[in-house]
Amino acid sequence: MFDFTEEEIKRYSRHIILPEIGGTGQSKLKKARVLCVGLGGLGSPVALYLAAAGIGTLGLIDMDKVDISNLQRQVIHSTKDIGRLKVESAKEKIKAINPGVTVNTYTEAISSKNVKEVIAGYDIVIDGCDNFATRYLVNDACFFAGKPNVYGSVFRFEGRASLFCKEGPCYRCMHPHPPPPGEVPSCEEAGVLGVLPGIIGVIQATEAIKHILGIGRSLKGRLLLYDALDMSFREVKIKKDRNCPLCGDNQTVKDLIDYKQFCGLK
Amino acid sequence: MKTLDIKGEVCPYTFVKTKLALEHIKGSDTLKVITDHMPAVDNVSRSCSNEGHEIVSSKKINDTDWEIVIRKKLS
Repeated sequence: MFDFTEEEIKRYSRHIILPEIGGTGQSKLKKARVLCVGLGGLGSPVALYLAAAGIGTLGLIDMDKVDISNLQRQVIHSTKDIGRLKVESAKEKIKAINPGVTVNTYTEAISSKNVKEVIAGYDIVIDGCDNFATRYLVNDACFFAGKPNVYGSVFRFEGRASLFCKEGPCYRCMHPHPPPPGEVPSCEEAGVLGVLPGIIGVIQATEAIKHILGIGRSLKGRLLLYDALDMSFREVKIKKDRNCPLCGDNQTVKDLIDYKQFCGLK
Repeated sequence: MKTLDIKGEVCPYTFVKTKLALEHIKGSDTLKVITDHMPAVDNVSRSCSNEGHEIVSSKKINDTDWEIVIRKKLS
């Protein structure tokens, strides 16, 4: 029999009832280990919904503390959490939603020195970061480790999401190298509609859950573009680029690179 | 045939527990479900049929309980 407690059967009954999930699928979610990179606008809904869905182990990595300017969109944190480490604030909310989730927290800055070790403990990575240095580092580390990477990003009123994995393209297939620092808006210039990361983060959580369950059609090879002002979704096919510096025929990026941190959300 | 006693359970948990038991049994074995929740007789039968399982029989067995026999669909 499945090793569900009575409480778990009731908690996850609306999942178990679905023919595509059932007890078998819910067991997969319970055994799954998901790493959330960033507990900001994207990471907030990702962590909340994955916890509610019954993901067995959630890793949370973020070195930042909650600031009042975060609360317009980072819904896992509350006013009383201002000044606390984001991973601690998030862990408390996750445990309140679902005490059955094991939560591991990492507060060191993510870099080429620790990313491999952190990622190694997880089945899937969700990129909810807000800067290019981390985005490229996570993309490259996931490629080297052969782990799927659920990408999401937000900027002003527009968001993007995709799934990068061994069989499909990676982030560098779209953008081979980071843009020069001067070409991206500074933190002060880069506003974002508060609900936007909610939508994109929930799409990332959906992709992670589908991947774990092995159901549906993933965003692999597809870039989903969302425009909140127009309230429209668009889709662009992304092909695996033979000239990709990471996953192409002539790999030039052979090691993890610590790009200089600079602002830029897209 | 395996018997699942879900007396005391109400919808939707009657179906949830039946479904979990069906997932667990082998091949096209049959499962006997005992319930004291009358609406479950129809609801569990219908939900199981919708998932492709066969309702072999369903009957009242005493003053309080019903018995539903379900054959698991071959996956």
